[in-house]
Amino acid sequence: MKFAEELKKSFFIASWFILLTFPIMVIQVNTIENIVIWRWHNIILIGLGSFAFSFCWQIFLNKKSSTKLIAPAGLSPLNRLMNEPRLYRPALIIIGLAALIFPFVFSHYQINIMTTALIYVMLGLGLNIEVGLAGLLDLGYVAFYAVGAYSYALLNYHFGLGFWTALPVGALLAAIFGILIGFPVLRLRGDYLAIVTLAFAEIIRLVLENWNAFSFGPSGISNIPRPGFFGRNLTPEQSAIYMYFLLILLCLLTIFIIHRLQHSRIGRAWVALREDELACQAMGIDKTKAKLTAFALGATWAGMAGVIFAAKTTFINPASFTFLESAMILSIVVLGGMGSIAGVIIAALALILLPEYLRVFSDYRMILFGAALIMMMIFRPQGILADMRKKYEFHKTEDSRTIKRDVL
Amino acid sequence: MNYFWDLFLGGITRGSIYALIALGYTMVYGILELINFAHGEIYMIGAFTALIAASLLTMQGLSGPAVLVLATVVAVLYAAAYGFTVEKIAYKPLRQAPRLSPLISAIGMSIFLQNYVMLAQTSDFLPFPNLLQNVELPAFLNTWIAPAEFMIILTAASLMLGLTLILKFTKMGKAMRAVAQDRTMAMLLGVNVNRIISRTFIVGSVLAAIGGVLIASHVGRINFYIGFGAGIKAFTAAVLGGIGSIPGAMLGGLVLGLTESFATGYISSDYENVFAFALLILILILKPEGILGRSSQQKV
Amino acid sequence: MKSTFIIKYLIGMLLSLMFITTLTAQATDTIKIGIAGAHSGDLASYGQPTVKAAQLVIKNINAAGGVAGRKVELIIEDDACKPEMATNVATKLVSAKVDAVIGHICSGATKAALRTYKDAGIIVISPSATSPELTFSGQYPNFFRTIAPDSAQAKLVADFTLQTLKLSKIVIIHDKGDYGKGFAEYAKKFIEGSGKAQVVLYEGVTPGAVDYSAIVQKIKYAGADAVIYGGYHPEAASIVQQMRKKGMKTAFISDDGVKDQTFIKVASSYAEGVYASGPKDTTKNPLAIAAIAEHRKTYGAEPGAFYLNAYAATQALLHAMNKAKSTEHNAVAKALRTYQADTPLGKIRFNKDGDAIGAGFSMYQVQKGVYVEIK
Repeated sequence: MKFAEELKKSFFIASWFILLTFPIMVIQVNTIENIVIWRWHNIILIGLGSFAFSFCWQIFLNKKSSTKLIAPAGLSPLNRLMNEPRLYRPALIIIGLAALIFPFVFSHYQINIMTTALIYVMLGLGLNIEVGLAGLLDLGYVAFYAVGAYSYALLNYHFGLGFWTALPVGALLAAIFGILIGFPVLRLRGDYLAIVTLAFAEIIRLVLENWNAFSFGPSGISNIPRPGFFGRNLTPEQSAIYMYFLLILLCLLTIFIIHRLQHSRIGRAWVALREDELACQAMGIDKTKAKLTAFALGATWAGMAGVIFAAKTTFINPASFTFLESAMILSIVVLGGMGSIAGVIIAALALILLPEYLRVFSDYRMILFGAALIMMMIFRPQGILADMRKKYEFHKTEDSRTIKRDVL
Repeated sequence: MNYFWDLFLGGITRGSIYALIALGYTMVYGILELINFAHGEIYMIGAFTALIAASLLTMQGLSGPAVLVLATVVAVLYAAAYGFTVEKIAYKPLRQAPRLSPLISAIGMSIFLQNYVMLAQTSDFLPFPNLLQNVELPAFLNTWIAPAEFMIILTAASLMLGLTLILKFTKMGKAMRAVAQDRTMAMLLGVNVNRIISRTFIVGSVLAAIGGVLIASHVGRINFYIGFGAGIKAFTAAVLGGIGSIPGAMLGGLVLGLTESFATGYISSDYENVFAFALLILILILKPEGILGRSSQQKV
Repeated sequence: MKSTFIIKYLIGMLLSLMFITTLTAQATDTIKIGIAGAHSGDLASYGQPTVKAAQLVIKNINAAGGVAGRKVELIIEDDACKPEMATNVATKLVSAKVDAVIGHICSGATKAALRTYKDAGIIVISPSATSPELTFSGQYPNFFRTIAPDSAQAKLVADFTLQTLKLSKIVIIHDKGDYGKGFAEYAKKFIEGSGKAQVVLYEGVTPGAVDYSAIVQKIKYAGADAVIYGGYHPEAASIVQQMRKKGMKTAFISDDGVKDQTFIKVASSYAEGVYASGPKDTTKNPLAIAAIAEHRKTYGAEPGAFYLNAYAATQALLHAMNKAKSTEHNAVAKALRTYQADTPLGKIRFNKDGDAIGAGFSMYQVQKGVYVEIK
């Protein structure tokens, strides 16, 4: 009975979507040649697609609401894997070994895209501090990335500063920018903050684009040196391997620091801030300090990633630092699970590596991102891997839940 | 003086388009406290449907005003349908979710719609037929203002007047205001909140679509990305005037349009967008509730 | 039990990955040519024609027995005009052991990728990267192009404005992009350097802005008699339309990005009289006619941007390989510089910087809805 009803509903929805997408999907006008192309086959695709989709949608939505009533979502197998030392230790060892032999097994190109993916891991972890832990939705994260990249490029161009000097300088400059942006927006609530950070990032990009005397404008800066290895010049292959291990080390450092931060006083303050700003203030947490450190620390990692990015591509221009890049990093954090380190790593690797291997879908990459963001928010707002802290935070409820279950 | 007047007119024209789109943002925010990031995309889809309809109609041999009216009607209908559907898919399931969830979902929707149009249609700029061209103005006006600018300002002004009247006097308008003030209370008093939210999205989309048709035929070209820029600007306008406030959105649009026009005219167009965004940040820092907005006390 | 399953799974994944990479690293004795550029996303329309041009040239060459007895094969990679993706594409092509590369399409992406090609000793011929720095800096001995640099184009436009049109109050605007701004800066330099004219306004406009009425007013009140615009046709069309609607008769002079039939369609009747520079007229070159006819026949459509440049680049490259009887970097580079190749752009060879000799620019004007070369 219910099944038939759902079928009927899906049928109705499919017809609605056929109607809705008709002008965009079916008709293609070429206003230049004055030709109209009718792509009728798209109707069938849309009809079948939306029918199946809405059917699954309803099932999932039903399932979601019913699970919510019966029991709070249990730990997924992946989460269980993360929890049990017996399970995750061997897995970690294998991943570590794989990471170690990776550059010697695979080609230069594979190392290169892995390095790119690791840069995004850093970016994702950095943004995770702001969005995932402190709940400050930053839509202009790419601005700090740009600050890092440009500080290396410009310092190198004007003063011949090397990579290793530029790395802390870039990180520091980005952190200063983080505080500078953080100060004025302290008073703003979540969504205003999002828009202001977006505006800041656009301003920084526009300044880089227009101020030729400072940033060389849209033509960018080329010939940025790759990092040297104790003063020795490396072949491109060696340099790629070197960059790879450098990033592995930096990522490990990042993970370590963020892990420690998460469980520190300030980390708990961030989570409190995220959950309820007013209550957190009432508990005597210094809101200003917590927000500013979140901004500054998040920016630090973007700055470092920026320096590495500049050294890796050896060329930068403002076009690399658009809003889409921010949206991409945000998707990494959201898909991975806000606040979860392992989730962010998995999401970054998946989002960067998959499109490289599945080049056929490169046209559909962004549309899938968009869809994934919506789906994630509706069906699995906690991300691929939920933040492990959840359990820690709600320790008591967990007990009460087991009791309830016994009663049931 | 003449230069000033020309810049002023240009600013008002641009500003009234911003205001039309900003109304959609502000109404949705007033009711749901959500930045409908996909609103700019509704504007773009409105313009695209109008283009498709206009091209088909022109090929059928229709001319001037008939095409303009029919294409606008099609655009309005489709934009309303899209606005309605977007709300049902991306926001309705998230009514009870934490604040950031619908915002992220909105960003996803915006990216989705942009790429949907890009893949289904084209990534190139398409020429938009000049539908306003045939309008003749009385001679005394002609020396002061171009027909296209006159049409845009007139349409925008009458739409805004209409909206104000609807909100003030109709039952639906009253319900909308009630939901914006206190959703739970309105529900208790028998207002169908879900229906009111849907209608708000539809009204906002209609305004955006008309804005899309007007600006597209004024500028003469569109592509899938026009929604992002216009959306950000319109949102800036809404915040400028005080988000949630209807007259605020109108005022904000005009202020933003004039600022951009004068900044370009008297300073430099290099930093046109920088001025707009800097204005936004300044307003938010100095007067977060906007020019006409009321400051809301945060409740526990 | 669970952990062993995961170990097995991971090992399996690793093995299969290795398998894939060994497959791609297969050795062959064909000549491999990489095609890199924007093939997806919003700039795809600039990159796709190059792929088609190369495919057509390769098809003909292979049908005629290949180059020095070896078949030619294409490896097509997409960089979406993004520098970071371009470096990845470059290492991918180097890993695949290509002998030469046709590309990249955008200047920024080309600059980012060139380092990698230079280190690996691979010749790169771009059909469309116009940044002067690429050839003039002397840093990239492996780089060639079949399109003139921005500076050459700007010089032509400046000379045309000053000497042929004899205009003296000039407004220069650009779209803030790599290409448009580069062009505008050179034009400004040449015009100010000539001492015969003055630049009364130099500004950038925002691509995709809601409208351009403010900048048009500014041009109007600057009292200029010529507008030089650096950038692409969508913005140019809007600006010209709004200028003409305001009754301004100021000459509008622009670059190769505007010399496109789409511009005339978009700006409709307002396009009349607009000047633009573009590659020397190829409509009478039999090779160009044949190349365009071939495209129409194979793909059923008119070729897109840089099609002939890419066609010429591929032909010049294969011609040089044939002359050098090898694919070795230095020999091919020398052959590219020494021997003239017959291409749709005319008989071309390359100078020591890597710019094509023989493929020049000329000025065009829109007359009755088409671009007509001005002699």
